[in-house]
Amino acid sequence: MKFAVLVFPGSNCDIDCYKAVEDTLGEPVDYVWHTATDLSAYDCILVPGGFSYGDYLRCGAISRFAPVMAEVAKAAEAGKFVLGICNGFQILTEAGLLPGTLRRNMSLKFRCHDTLLRVENNGNPFTKEYALGEEINIPIAHGEGNYYCDETTLAKLQANGQIIFRYVNNPNGSLDDIAGISNERGNVVGMMPHPERAVSSLLGSEDGKKMFTSILKTWRDQHESASVR
Amino acid sequence: MSQQVSAKEPNAEQIAEQQIYKQMGVSDSEYELICGFLGRKPNYTEIGVFSVMWSEHCAYKNSKPLLRRFPTSGPRVLMGPGEGAGIVDIGDNQAVVFKIESHNHPSAVEPYQGAATGVGGIIRDIFSMGARPIASLNSLRFGKLESDRVKYLFEHVVSGIAGYGNCIGIPTVGGEVVFDESYDGNPLVNAMCVGLIDHDKIQRGVAKGVGNPVFYVGPPTGRDGIHGATFASEELTEESEAKRTAVQVGDPFMEKLVMEACLELIDTGIVLGIQDMGAAGLTCSSAEMASKAGNGLELYLDAVPQREEGMTAYEMMLSESQERMLFVVEPKDEAQAREIFERWGVICAKVGKVTDDGRLKLIHHGEVVGDMPVTALVDECPIYNKPSSVPAYYEENANIDTLRYEEVRDLNGALDQVLSSPSVASKAWVYNQYDYMVRTSTAVRPGSDAAVVTVHGTRKALAMTTDCNGRFVYLDPEIGGKIAVSEAARNIVCSGAEPLAITDNLNFGSPEKPDIFWQMEKAVDGMAEACRVLDTPVIGGNVSLYNENSKGAIYPTPVVGMVGLVHDTDHITTQGFKNEGDVVLLLGDTYGELGGSEFQAVVHGVTEGRPPQLDLNKEKSLINAVLKATQSGLVQSAHDLSEGGLAVALAESCISGGLGAQVELHASDLRADIALFSESQSRILLSASPNQADELEQLIIQHGVPVRVIGRVEGKDLVIHAGGAAVVNRPVQELKQVWEDVIPCLMK
Repeated sequence: MKFAVLVFPGSNCDIDCYKAVEDTLGEPVDYVWHTATDLSAYDCILVPGGFSYGDYLRCGAISRFAPVMAEVAKAAEAGKFVLGICNGFQILTEAGLLPGTLRRNMSLKFRCHDTLLRVENNGNPFTKEYALGEEINIPIAHGEGNYYCDETTLAKLQANGQIIFRYVNNPNGSLDDIAGISNERGNVVGMMPHPERAVSSLLGSEDGKKMFTSILKTWRDQHESASVR
Repeated sequence: MSQQVSAKEPNAEQIAEQQIYKQMGVSDSEYELICGFLGRKPNYTEIGVFSVMWSEHCAYKNSKPLLRRFPTSGPRVLMGPGEGAGIVDIGDNQAVVFKIESHNHPSAVEPYQGAATGVGGIIRDIFSMGARPIASLNSLRFGKLESDRVKYLFEHVVSGIAGYGNCIGIPTVGGEVVFDESYDGNPLVNAMCVGLIDHDKIQRGVAKGVGNPVFYVGPPTGRDGIHGATFASEELTEESEAKRTAVQVGDPFMEKLVMEACLELIDTGIVLGIQDMGAAGLTCSSAEMASKAGNGLELYLDAVPQREEGMTAYEMMLSESQERMLFVVEPKDEAQAREIFERWGVICAKVGKVTDDGRLKLIHHGEVVGDMPVTALVDECPIYNKPSSVPAYYEENANIDTLRYEEVRDLNGALDQVLSSPSVASKAWVYNQYDYMVRTSTAVRPGSDAAVVTVHGTRKALAMTTDCNGRFVYLDPEIGGKIAVSEAARNIVCSGAEPLAITDNLNFGSPEKPDIFWQMEKAVDGMAEACRVLDTPVIGGNVSLYNENSKGAIYPTPVVGMVGLVHDTDHITTQGFKNEGDVVLLLGDTYGELGGSEFQAVVHGVTEGRPPQLDLNKEKSLINAVLKATQSGLVQSAHDLSEGGLAVALAESCISGGLGAQVELHASDLRADIALFSESQSRILLSASPNQADELEQLIIQHGVPVRVIGRVEGKDLVIHAGGAAVVNRPVQELKQVWEDVIPCLMK
């Protein structure tokens, strides 16, 4: 399984995502520049956190115009796996690949600390290895993580099982305690907390590892059944 | 020499007649010297260039004689003071690069940008050496957290640090924040950055190779920060507000791009010399690079990227616009260098050439507008040995008995009072605004004795801390200086690391005052001696003088930034108690020493007498013992005793571990309130599992360090017994609440 970690000017969790794939899975992973126009070689695309384009104008608002984003949309359409973390989540909402938007934290301050998340859907490709309702410790680090969408969208998210993670103690004012969502099809996931920062007990938590092992398992299952056929 | 000047600029004669140089901080005798070096009177651009190069900030003209007293070498030191940052070997062809720098005056008038650009500046110092920045720390001082002004400064300094560090993606992993009225109106904002480098990648700021091109990279030059270095070298007054234009504006996104591009450039191996444009911008970087190579430099100012129209040579040379670097490559490598910056979207302009005449020559609109000998700019600034005299307050304090206060019997209440002093209270409100986890290497987060950052791909890690107790330095600068270094070393060993070296930030009042110069001298002597005994040389630092307000000087605050090496991540130790039943040991002796203590200030409302004494040989034994103990795997938790003494150390170990303790203050001639809150030095609190406690005790004794088992980790309450009674008895949860709520409540 081959992973791409996108690099926008100002991405700063790109290295962390790269290391998480390398250390947790040992699968091949490349940094892919924001100007790239072909993602066909990759099975999973990670849109990392950071301050792409300085977060000037609005988080993710400039990145969505980067050439690579058209390819991300194509990959999503083709059913490939896309995970946007923090700034990556903001970029995916700006690009229209996920519904809703991320507003400033209710405290109006940047917040960095551990948070407890509850796994609300373990049928998603990225969460298969978690138990439903499992509480996991994944850190946040953001100033604009306050998820918002209109009532109709929220109802759809709830009805379709698109709410993947909820905060146990809401740190930023997110609607319905939402920490992470998927698109309707389930192959595109965005979340504010950082699973790539929770892959080593030395650094505080290993609870993010299963997101990486889940996606690898999903991909292997798909490819094994494909080759059997 | 062109005499063409812009309409508003005075000419050389007017500068002399009207003594305009004085407004730039140049004295009459310095002006005469400059005329001598030039063989004529300087024009406006030249006097501007000299004034910043000869400012305290760039030339250390008042502090150099003192800085020479520091030990700066050692078997591990790869680079000492003089370059952007010092470098220390950590084995395996790797080295750690670090430095601390102040941005006090800018932060006093524009706290967000002042603090943000302080962070940006120190990060540039690190990557200009070729190192990848891996962590930042800071050391902050504010007035009492009561007035709206102090709250405003505190809030915006913290967001400035967060805004810059979070965006550029370098974790802010530690630091200290202290509130005391002596810093009212003159906050201290010291920022430290730590980087990692391979030995063969180390860069220097030298303009090598006559005829080689000089490149400018980074955003265009604007009119911001003009005379910043001069501003930093004078006292803050009511007119300082009017100097707001001297404060630069930071763009961390730009710095991220410049950093990545420069590191990529350095990686190619084609760079001959590289330096950041920090204080005094283009002036300082060009003059210093030429000086270090023994060469000259021609700058073509028309080629300097400019943000505003009609900028004069004077403005371009003195601007402190941020995120700019200067580098030199051979002509054949020019295209390769340009390609890298183009890809990162960063401006790269050829602005000069290395010459062999030893002069800094400025060419603008086809004319020579400045022509100065490089050595005069860099090396010939007069050095002053200021008069020094023992201040009256120091003599008076000799007769004050710090044990004369009436005994405090409500020790639960006293503990609450000390824990809720904003200087002691939890700083989570501060560090939760910093991204301290980005780069996924932070093994010990803010809030323990020292932060620990792992070195990816190895078993090694780096411990780092900033420390200084200004009250102790005020009461006795020599002892206070020793304590600053010793406390840093204690914090490092409590984290399981071997102390390597320090960087220092000497924050003092005006050196023109003999009392203040005496504080500087004594503090430096104390620090230097501690560094020698503890084998932690000074590899670089910064001096910030003229820190005064209407009421006088700040407490002398020589901040120590220390880095230590964790040889194996298994040795990493934190301050929180770990397991029910663990044995609690106190290392070191407790004396009746309340001078300068938090208890004296908070409960008795004074800061007086002599500070705690310190025996450096005992300190060295303690540090060796605790290092050995943490490396032997015998220690569950380790915590240095500092502000608030034993009582606060116990409370913090309980709070951090979420466990209680039963402790006995053994019969001694000390009153319970003194035994609990004395800030005697060279003490550390350890805990060990019951089956290892004896072995640990033996190991400590073998090092000649006094040790006593004082209790056990037990239950959910902190209970301290003295003379058969429980003098402190509080649920840890309540202590935690008191300690955590203070700053958020005050900042609401």
